[in-house]
Amino acid sequence: MTSSATTLVLTIDAHTIDVPAGVTVAAAIALACDGVALTRRAVGGAARAPLCGMGVCHECRVTIDGRAHQLSCQTLCAPGMRVQTLGGAA
Amino acid sequence: MKYFDIVVVGAGPAGLAAANAAAAGGGSIAVVDDNPVAGGQIWRGGPQQQSDIRAGAMWAALQAAPNVSFLPHTRVLYAPAPGQLQVQTAATAGSAGSATTLHFNHLIIATGARERLLPFPGWTLPGVTGAGGLQALVKGGYPVAGKRVVVAGTGPLLLAVAATLRERGAHVVAIVEQAPLPALARFAAGLAATPAKAAQALRLFAQLRGIACLRQSHVVSARSNAAGVLDAVRVQRGKSGAEQVLDCDYLACGYGLLPNLELAQALGCATTVHHGQTVVQTGSWQQTDVPGVYCAGEGTGIGGVDLALVEGRIAGLAASGQTQRMQAALDERAHWKKFAARLARAFALRPELATLAADDTIVCRCEDVPHGELRAHTSWRSAKLQTRCGMGPCQGRMCGGATEVLYGWRPDAVRMPIAPARIATLIATADV
Repeated sequence: MTSSATTLVLTIDAHTIDVPAGVTVAAAIALACDGVALTRRAVGGAARAPLCGMGVCHECRVTIDGRAHQLSCQTLCAPGMRVQTLGGAA
Repeated sequence: MKYFDIVVVGAGPAGLAAANAAAAGGGSIAVVDDNPVAGGQIWRGGPQQQSDIRAGAMWAALQAAPNVSFLPHTRVLYAPAPGQLQVQTAATAGSAGSATTLHFNHLIIATGARERLLPFPGWTLPGVTGAGGLQALVKGGYPVAGKRVVVAGTGPLLLAVAATLRERGAHVVAIVEQAPLPALARFAAGLAATPAKAAQALRLFAQLRGIACLRQSHVVSARSNAAGVLDAVRVQRGKSGAEQVLDCDYLACGYGLLPNLELAQALGCATTVHHGQTVVQTGSWQQTDVPGVYCAGEGTGIGGVDLALVEGRIAGLAASGQTQRMQAALDERAHWKKFAARLARAFALRPELATLAADDTIVCRCEDVPHGELRAHTSWRSAKLQTRCGMGPCQGRMCGGATEVLYGWRPDAVRMPIAPARIATLIATADV
């Protein structure tokens, strides 16, 4: 999937990035920072990151196109998508 | 509203095999899955992308069958009445998502399994994932090239995970397996009964050449850097208990699999305890005790892809009235059930793993409830009522597996909706 020839552009917080078509939003967040994808803030304030990878734990939830609580591990990137992490201003 | 003779929930090996077998019966079939593409976990990324040729062949047959519909990105929420399921399709680009009621004569539950994750100090740090969890993320394009990864936990899945990570350019620092060597040796010897699995194990070991495999070892804690992200794990090795620190960017740690029982339980299907795990109780045709409802694959007990395929096939044939074609499948199922029993014995969890959490270690990640607040309680219900443990969006799916090992609790009956639902979905279908 990562060797896909086509790419698409989306926005992660303040960054606009190019990602290969077919990757998940969780993957795009990690690609954007070249590190662990930080996705949400826990009740106690700590940053959390994707955990189960399969739509069970909800740790990877982010705001996508203004819609809160979307699971980034189960959502594929789409052109022009706007992703907000860590509860960034909606 | 949509009407189908058979609804299959789950598009992993069991669900695809069920739909494939049932399709020959001619009735209308829907396959529902909450992921954007079919394949489940083991065939994640799509059945047509897999090296296991059975996946591509089944998918091609299903695509060609005029009586089979695939509903991706669709979650089952609840059962408004017998013979009905309320489902919600996720919002995607250009669509706000939708809700509908599926009506069926027969239902095949093939909801697979999740990982059992156990709490230890530092397990909530960014960079700590499930073992199969990181593999799933990587198959979705998550970058690990050049990253140092410790793969830990238990079971043959760890080898497959390490192989995937290495293939994607990760530096696998070590594989840390909790099972002791004698149990692993017995399991390896037992592979003689399943030549295909033995061949697969040999292939994996060849792919993993040069990676340290620590046995009877486990991660006791994870440490963060100044930015609050994982940078090392502490591993306890062998019986002697000598400790070692391994620097890493990711820890992929999973303690085996747990059946996803929520839908079956929500429908009132009886469960039973098998090899120490709660599973859906099924009869010889994979039928549950609820008329018209079948269960196949990991939901009936963890057994791997081959058992899932044959159980799916049996359920599909039974639900579509093709019982005369079933004998070979019944024999094959008996064979793979023996493999499942050997798997459960070899990778039984060592008792030390239940003692890793400190008082301030979070156990319920959704509600940030620490071990110190939970250990005084005597039941899941008591903890839930007084601490909110298990009341977050995962609805106890993650902490339930942990509290079972730590405190011996078994979660209560599930509540509907079994997944977070949009208010609009509930309003649209409310019977008021």
